[in-house]
Amino acid sequence: MIAEAGLAALWLAAALAALQLALALGAGGDQGRAIATVRAVAIGQGLLTAIAFAALIALFLRSDMSVLLVAENSHSQKPWIYKFAGAWGNHEGSMLLWVMVLALAGAVLALLERRLDERTLGASLGAQAALALGFFAFLLMASNPFERLNPAPLDGRGLNPLLQDPGLAFHPPTLYLGYVGLSVAFSIAVGGLVRREVGPAIARAMRPWVLAAWIMLTLGITAGSYWAYYELGWGGWWFWDPVENASLMPWLAATALLHSVNVLAARGGLRAWTMMLALVAFSMSMVGTFLVRSGILTSVHAFAVDPTRGSFILALLTLYIGGALTLFALRIADVKEGAPFDPVSREGGLVANNLFLSVILGIVFVGTLYPLIAEALSGEKLSVGPPYFNSVASPLALILAALMLIAPQLRWRRDSMPLMPRLAPGLGVALVALVASFILAPGIGWLPRFGLAIGSGLLPASLQPLLGRSFRRTPLAVWGMALAHLGVAVAILGMASDSAFTKEKLVAARPGETVHVGPWLVEFRDVRPAVGPNWTALEAELRASRGSGVTVLKPQSRFFAEPPTTTNEAAIDTSWNGQLYAVLGERGEQGHWQLRLWWKPFVTLIWLGGILIGLGGLLALVGRLVRERRQRRNVEEAFA
Amino acid sequence: MSRAVRFIPLAVLLLFVGFVAWRLAVPNDEKIHSRLTGQPVPAFSLEPATGEVSALSSTDLASGQPRLLNVFASWCVPCIAEAPLLAELERQGVPIDAIAVRDRPEDVAAFLAKHGNPFERVGSDPESQVQLALGSSGVPETFVVDGKGIIRYQHMGPIESGDVALIRREWERAR
Repeated sequence: MIAEAGLAALWLAAALAALQLALALGAGGDQGRAIATVRAVAIGQGLLTAIAFAALIALFLRSDMSVLLVAENSHSQKPWIYKFAGAWGNHEGSMLLWVMVLALAGAVLALLERRLDERTLGASLGAQAALALGFFAFLLMASNPFERLNPAPLDGRGLNPLLQDPGLAFHPPTLYLGYVGLSVAFSIAVGGLVRREVGPAIARAMRPWVLAAWIMLTLGITAGSYWAYYELGWGGWWFWDPVENASLMPWLAATALLHSVNVLAARGGLRAWTMMLALVAFSMSMVGTFLVRSGILTSVHAFAVDPTRGSFILALLTLYIGGALTLFALRIADVKEGAPFDPVSREGGLVANNLFLSVILGIVFVGTLYPLIAEALSGEKLSVGPPYFNSVASPLALILAALMLIAPQLRWRRDSMPLMPRLAPGLGVALVALVASFILAPGIGWLPRFGLAIGSGLLPASLQPLLGRSFRRTPLAVWGMALAHLGVAVAILGMASDSAFTKEKLVAARPGETVHVGPWLVEFRDVRPAVGPNWTALEAELRASRGSGVTVLKPQSRFFAEPPTTTNEAAIDTSWNGQLYAVLGERGEQGHWQLRLWWKPFVTLIWLGGILIGLGGLLALVGRLVRERRQRRNVEEAFA
Repeated sequence: MSRAVRFIPLAVLLLFVGFVAWRLAVPNDEKIHSRLTGQPVPAFSLEPATGEVSALSSTDLASGQPRLLNVFASWCVPCIAEAPLLAELERQGVPIDAIAVRDRPEDVAAFLAKHGNPFERVGSDPESQVQLALGSSGVPETFVVDGKGIIRYQHMGPIESGDVALIRREWERAR
């Protein structure tokens, strides 16, 4: 019954999406177009989709093996958290999550949006409904999560053990909230273009939505990076895997949008460009979804490959992105450009930011698709990996970071005051750090060296916009900007430190032997069996000492029965200045075991930086909302 | 902004869509290409697999004209499925030799009697030595060997009806 109820809710939601689109197109006459009606329909659509999603969760929690998806991806002897999160550890379930976020984003837009005029909001909700309708069709026709299985098996096939991790409960939902949440910016841009209302008002309406989605995307990517780092046992935190790139591309576009939308809101400039970015950000989300689900590229995230699904999503994205870009091309000529500005100004800095982010986006896009292009042209199978991205994208990212030393200190419109006093703290610290790196670490590569220098310089530079202001009267948005920029500095320092100073050891050791890695002396004590809820393991005991500090690490080689798989669970010891990372490998001859050890100084700064960036965004969002509420109340009081 | 510039994003999208649509339509080439292709057949000399057939040695394969070398066994079920297709190739004038792997003479004789004998020679490889030297890991497999005894193509697994034309083409290319 639950499965049928879920399916029915999904069909009803799809019907409401169709109704919402028809109303927005004017099918119900002016009365049907009344914004209250469209709002109600959008909220209903969101609620019904949420009910369908709740039904799927219930089926997984109850281990209802008569549902095909549960039987293929779950198992009754699995901890409840993985039954719960396992609901989206597969193609159909994660697609339902995707669609739910899309419908809920539309519902929240309908519920909360007060800045847009009624007609523009109506057009935006129409665009959101059009998006939802296509993806409902995809779910119902090509990826039904509620399909029954008759006869029902006694038990399910289990969930891929790599996914049996708390990371699964957190990473996909935040990531989807981010990258599907960008649909709202897309819809508002479409609404604005349809109504020829491209101006600061649109930007102010769009800004909180972009911020909210971007915060989630930032946190989702950060969480995914840490998950891959500790779960895959390869000691790396970013692999330039096509699916990582699929989430990075919308993030780059959203980051650019986040900055350009401020120029439009504050100064009325960059109108066409901001609309373009709003369309591109969610388009990148759809392209990413296509790349992941069509199996056209191989990746650690590959879902069950099905070319019809790929074609379906390709048709949808052609329709939506193509439609939006056509609208853009037809309408953008009517858009007047805003106030002019000098190259050396806050606007100029933000344009440079957008330029670099767009170029990096282009580089990642081409690199991700290059294997396909190469295979098509020369028949050669190749993969584009870290060497390409690191050597092409990283220097640009560093230049972008260097610009962050300068641009936030500039004034809007034109800056004729002497610059050097303002730039001195950041550039000075960067220079000192550069010189220090040559003295203290002469052997490191130039990329991490400049990373260390620029990251250090950004520490004071990012906090500088707070200086000389009264702490209480500084808007939260400025605090948010400072915190987010500080997060970038911290993350860059972590990345540079990890790539410059990591020590790695791969040894075949017998119990009783000791291994040196970095400052640590690691004693290999023993290998013993261990047992968990649905796995058994061989567990090594490593006693690591450094000075007077002693810590015990227990990396495991885990065997899961359902489905039969072995995973390596890394053991990680975190201290204030880095992580010691241990992986137990195969058993060799004569009682030897493969041990892989890393000492990674300050690697945790990477994710700490990511969290700070997200928190900075959150501060800015709260600041904007509070301020707007206060203004609205003032206006209401003035008219009362 | 000129009119053309405004349509550039749309053009980029259409280029992307056209390209990936074409990639989706053209199935991926998932065949594993053999490393032995281009290498001479390893030297061997095998006893006849039954009383009724001729023995097979590597020199028989360098006969001046391309031939097929089929690796099979009487105990192998997919080999039964491909037997009529080998017969079809033989009817088209393709000479075929065979190696029977880990087999007994009476079983090979019964297999050939029941499923037909398209082979000019059938050598017996009781310990799989020649099979392994050929880089063949299972039965059935089929090699195209050119007139100089050089392997031109390796087909892993049974020949299916769709593969007859392919193998015939490879055989003709080896001339």
